[in-house]
Amino acid sequence: MTEPLSFELSRPAVDPPRLPEAEVGGPAPSDVLGRDVLRARPPGLPRLSEPEIMRHYSRLASLNYSISENFYPLGSCTMKYNPVVNETAAALPGFAGLHPYQDEDSVQGALELMWRLEQALCAIVGVERVTLQPAAGAHGEWTALRMIAAFHDSREENRTEVLVPDSAHGTNPASAALSGFQVVEVRSGEDGRISLADLESKLSPRTAALMLTNPNTLGLFEREILDIAEMVHATGAMLYYDGANLNAFMGICRPGDMGFDAVHMNLHKTFTTPHGGGGPGAGPVGVKAELVPFLPSPTVERTNGHLMFDFKRPQSIGRVRSFYGNFGMLVRAYTYILAMGGDGLSQASQDAVLSANYLRKLVEGDLDMPHEGPCMHEFVASAQNLHEGGVRALDIAKALLDREFYAPTVYFPLVVPEAIMVEPTETESKATLDAFAGAIKDIVAQAKADPQSLHGEPTKLPVGRLDEVTAARRINAYLQGLSEDPVLRWKAPIEAAETVAEKTLQESPC
Amino acid sequence: MLETIGVRSMNDLLVDIPQSLRLDSLQLPNGLSEFETMAEVAALAGRNRVYPDRLTFRGGGVYRRFIPAAVSAVTSKPEFYTAYTPYQAEASQGTLQAIFEFQTLIAELTALDVSNASLYDGATAVAEAAMMAFVHTGRNEVLVSGYVHPEYVQVLRAFGEGRGIKVRKGTEPNKKTAAVIFQQPDFLGLLVDAKQLTQSAHDVGALAIACVDPISLAILAPPGEYAADIAVGEGQQLGLSPSFGGPHVGFIACRRELVRKLPGRLVGTAHDAQGRRGFVLALAAREQHIRREKATSNICTNHSLCALAAAVYLTYMGPYGLRQIADVSFRRAHSLAERLRRLPGWEPAFPERQFLNEFPVRVPKAPAVVRKLARKGILGGLDVSRWFRELKGVLTFTCTEVNDPRALDELMAVLES
Repeated sequence: MTEPLSFELSRPAVDPPRLPEAEVGGPAPSDVLGRDVLRARPPGLPRLSEPEIMRHYSRLASLNYSISENFYPLGSCTMKYNPVVNETAAALPGFAGLHPYQDEDSVQGALELMWRLEQALCAIVGVERVTLQPAAGAHGEWTALRMIAAFHDSREENRTEVLVPDSAHGTNPASAALSGFQVVEVRSGEDGRISLADLESKLSPRTAALMLTNPNTLGLFEREILDIAEMVHATGAMLYYDGANLNAFMGICRPGDMGFDAVHMNLHKTFTTPHGGGGPGAGPVGVKAELVPFLPSPTVERTNGHLMFDFKRPQSIGRVRSFYGNFGMLVRAYTYILAMGGDGLSQASQDAVLSANYLRKLVEGDLDMPHEGPCMHEFVASAQNLHEGGVRALDIAKALLDREFYAPTVYFPLVVPEAIMVEPTETESKATLDAFAGAIKDIVAQAKADPQSLHGEPTKLPVGRLDEVTAARRINAYLQGLSEDPVLRWKAPIEAAETVAEKTLQESPC
Repeated sequence: MLETIGVRSMNDLLVDIPQSLRLDSLQLPNGLSEFETMAEVAALAGRNRVYPDRLTFRGGGVYRRFIPAAVSAVTSKPEFYTAYTPYQAEASQGTLQAIFEFQTLIAELTALDVSNASLYDGATAVAEAAMMAFVHTGRNEVLVSGYVHPEYVQVLRAFGEGRGIKVRKGTEPNKKTAAVIFQQPDFLGLLVDAKQLTQSAHDVGALAIACVDPISLAILAPPGEYAADIAVGEGQQLGLSPSFGGPHVGFIACRRELVRKLPGRLVGTAHDAQGRRGFVLALAAREQHIRREKATSNICTNHSLCALAAAVYLTYMGPYGLRQIADVSFRRAHSLAERLRRLPGWEPAFPERQFLNEFPVRVPKAPAVVRKLARKGILGGLDVSRWFRELKGVLTFTCTEVNDPRALDELMAVLES
């Protein structure tokens, strides 16, 4: 089943919704503004009635897989259940109705929430202060690197390189490059952990920072983290923590104690704010004392119980987002932390590690396990064992979709061929994990018996495998001016466009 | 489960963590029931003062608008709000198609060729557009012309510093200028000569970046019509609540020639073996997970759910509903401006300039006026001298369709008393 676009469903006969009239004597735009300033034709928005709109989006919703429906084993993404109470909290008029430029006295509750959330995050990751401004994880990474750059500048040190492991998330090198650094890759060793020898050879007086996630993207804890921190600090560089994997050890250990100087957190992973089909998220950054002067402006400060924004921060890297960040997501994360408490968060991480090791055990006979366990909150398997029959990680992923599971992350991290990265999270029951392992077993059996049949999957979804290669070719043709089909948007068929244009010209109130 | 794994205790799974790092517990209170949690959160919400929509005359980038019930009815569907970024296209057609519709809606509004899947906010959208111009022209200066939102300029500066891009305020672009950035209407609500600014950019080989109010595009000539290269803006007005400044949604659209330099996600059409049309993430070779340090941007998460809200809003309004909203706001704002200028000592700050539904007024004892209004439950104009010293005593007032005629009377009654 597919659904037409709203543009294709549009009917010129649909009246606009009933909306307020001006009821005052002010002039109309065309009375005051010159013709050259005015829009000549109304924009080509679709015209649908409310029932048509609601049906359209309800049908679209039914084409989506979501965590509310079933298991989402997407490695590195921490797809845990999103408690519905978070949504209720964020929708309270006392939060949703606040204008960002109200007087501080009238928003003390909002500032108190931001202050308390900052305190809680400091306690969880072991840092001095946290900025809540960044809108997403990658935004947080970049913010942290800007602070690290400002720190080195303040000491008049010219450090131009950022070290990034070959297993790192793609956002790490991209954020480093956008912060003006050269990216130097550090290799992983045989055991999947960062090679200390390679790290040593890459560290130099030019090194500004090492970006690391721990456990790393293979789900393995960097056992030698204290030595790594010492090596990095000995060269005068800083250690940066990519918080994508924070769900592995809340209440078990803290990045700050490991020696990390800056830590970003994904509230949309660890702290259950919903992913929204790709945002909005929130990516707060925690820092140790040395980096505090460089935090984005404003920070929230508290004196004698009164809360205020501090805009006067002479060494600040400036502002990284308008207003104060994705406040609605901060409300959700605070609600989650409050409900879970210190005990609940610690239990959540332990359960996440337990789930991952359990599932790893269940599927280790079916897929290759390139690295020895135990793992932390996720593990990376490989479909290399099915290579001979022509079955790839992508085939496993698509076959899972047909068995009512979402697919794990595939082809990441890049250091494992045919990688299948699974993160079950603490919110899945043993029964769900068993069922998922059963599905993997079925698929692997099918891969061995009839590998060809897997290439045709999925067959039970609204569409089959989509031909991205042809799509890319069509986009290229458009971008090179060889075709008028933009592919990246809907365009009215030529004849229809003319009719619509004529009609709207007549109807236009301009 | 431990038995299946083959270990005796949870600690056996945590052996890789050095003992010296292990914690006993977190320094946080224990968890609460849902009832207690909500009581505590609601108490915090209760300590904030919420001004009614109709008595809010403050804008400055975040506006009170009528939000159709259909918007939250759609965005609160768990199939949308609990889905991940649509990596597996076949299982994510709902999100992908909604984003494709959003891209088309923004392209139609701005009259440009292609829009991306959304950005964090208006400020980062301006910064990302400046990065595109920097890469496209190979020049390292951007010119900010006129009263562009001060926070957008601050974010632009912070972004620019990492890439060695200089941000200059002024009106004269030169051969070093990568882009001329202007806001239409500007931060004060005033109209700028977008056509002339675009021409001045093109005269020196720079790009023209128009930061636009999406609802204004129901009235004003869109960026594509005056040949701007990139249009960006803040989409909060398209169905999103103020929420103390976020989450909202940034948008960015450009000419065909610049599409490869767009940041973030892009959705396009593709077909399956049976010829059925579907939607996929397209041109991924620009992005961080493929290109790593050579990516056009580090953006990974966009603001998908907010883009969905904007798509529902624009579809609900349609071309004539949007026009009606813009018209009503325009008329009421002009009516209010006329009444305000008759107050003793009050005068338009820029009498020669046109505006839509936000305008600057020079006011005697502005801070006292704002306080007096607050005492009467009215969120009055925004004191813009906080950012612009030369605008001492200037308040910007905003009117939209939610400020009914009686609300205008109430505002005037307090000011006249």
